[in-house]
Amino acid sequence: MVTLSSDSRNIIGRGPPLGAGLFFLGLVSVGVMMLDTRGGYLETVRLWLGAAANPVYAVVQTPGQLWDWLTGSFADRTRLRLENAELSEQLRVARVKLLQFDSLREENVRLRAVREASAGVGGRTMIAEIMRVDVDPFRHRVRINKGAEDGVFRNQPVLDAFGIVGQVVQVDKYSATLILISDAEHAIPVQVNRNGIRSIAVGAGDLNKLSLPYMTVESDVKTGDLLVSSGLDGIFPAGYPVAHVTRVERNPADTFALVEAKPLAQLDRDREVLLLWTDPPTQVEAPAQESDIASKPAAATSQPKPAATTETAPAAETPPKPPAAQPQPQQPSQE
Amino acid sequence: MSEGRISRLRVTVTVIVAIIFAVVPLPEPINAARPDLLLLLVIYWSLSAPRIAGLLFAWFCGLAIDVLKGIVLGQHAFAFLVVAYMTHKLQLRMRIWPVSQQALFVFGFLAVYQFLVFWLDGIIGQPVTTWQRWLPVLSGALLWPVLVAVLDTWNRRNR
Repeated sequence: MVTLSSDSRNIIGRGPPLGAGLFFLGLVSVGVMMLDTRGGYLETVRLWLGAAANPVYAVVQTPGQLWDWLTGSFADRTRLRLENAELSEQLRVARVKLLQFDSLREENVRLRAVREASAGVGGRTMIAEIMRVDVDPFRHRVRINKGAEDGVFRNQPVLDAFGIVGQVVQVDKYSATLILISDAEHAIPVQVNRNGIRSIAVGAGDLNKLSLPYMTVESDVKTGDLLVSSGLDGIFPAGYPVAHVTRVERNPADTFALVEAKPLAQLDRDREVLLLWTDPPTQVEAPAQESDIASKPAAATSQPKPAATTETAPAAETPPKPPAAQPQPQQPSQE
Repeated sequence: MSEGRISRLRVTVTVIVAIIFAVVPLPEPINAARPDLLLLLVIYWSLSAPRIAGLLFAWFCGLAIDVLKGIVLGQHAFAFLVVAYMTHKLQLRMRIWPVSQQALFVFGFLAVYQFLVFWLDGIIGQPVTTWQRWLPVLSGALLWPVLVAVLDTWNRRNR
């Protein structure tokens, strides 16, 4: 039985009645919810409330960080030496690959200028660490240790060394929440790298699976195909790897084939991710579309888009874009 | 009887512990069944110290959960508020019941809470439909006797 203290609720007399309290606070909560979802009026409030929550995160993370520090400082020599050798080997390989990069980029810029296309190449990046805190066991969301202070903005694309990880859904002062591409409410426009067929990869609520529900039965896609982002959403820049097709099943009676893919980014193993600021041209690409999407990254918004998948035409034709822009000298675009 | 009062400090300390517990990463199989410790505390303090733990207290606790884990502000705050209201309504009866019967009602409260959160999720348009989201209801009800035992001992000793 719960401890009886002398401190029980008054049966008669002072204090506002319970019902009034419920009614008033209920109204306040409904109001807050409406302001937050419908208008997004509470962005600044959230910014500061999130900052207030920072000590909690600090406490929660301490054991993990302590462990990292301990293992880091007591790592033995041989392991460090091995790691060093491995890393310099990797660096050498990467250097060789980069040799041609500059000339290729120049050429790319020139060709895009000729075609009056405006997709930018490259951009500014920043490394963010994934915090060891639980956000929601049923949603694929993670928290990172960079926030509005560092220039993070909503709908910012996030990558790792292998591919696209997800995008920022909510920004606090010193931290931000990501939604992973595998979340059941996330969808990303992709195209098959081999032939440019466009489609949409929808998260399946499973870290190792994306589904492509809008691939027609006769569309040319095979297992092993690389899917790259098509950039049609105005959020993710074009050309970054997203997933490998793992399964294609065609039933001639159906309109759509059953296509599944495996994300390339190591969604469950990453400790660090890259925040990406794309070049200005891609950002002003389609303002109307972008603001439409910005409201929510849900699958529902991406479906009715022109990209919708059923077309098998080569992706040579790019969607109409505002007057060409040379990829300008990189400028970190704070939103 | 002033020494019989449960101090605000004690309530605050338990609340802070519960807030930290809400975001501590747990291993995968247990994670889905993480009990809503903060809500259990709100129920407990509403029963044993209703003048300190009023509706406003419950609302702010819910808001803290919103900030840490919520999709939208006010969602958990609302659910906490409704549960606290029901607890306050039943307070005089509920606290003299045996723990088993209390646990049964706590089970009901937690179910109402989860349903409200689920429902508001649906209105916002981002529902989570796995059956596993109802696991915290069960784990919370099972945790209730333990929580009551621990906090009662603490309260009696430090009185």
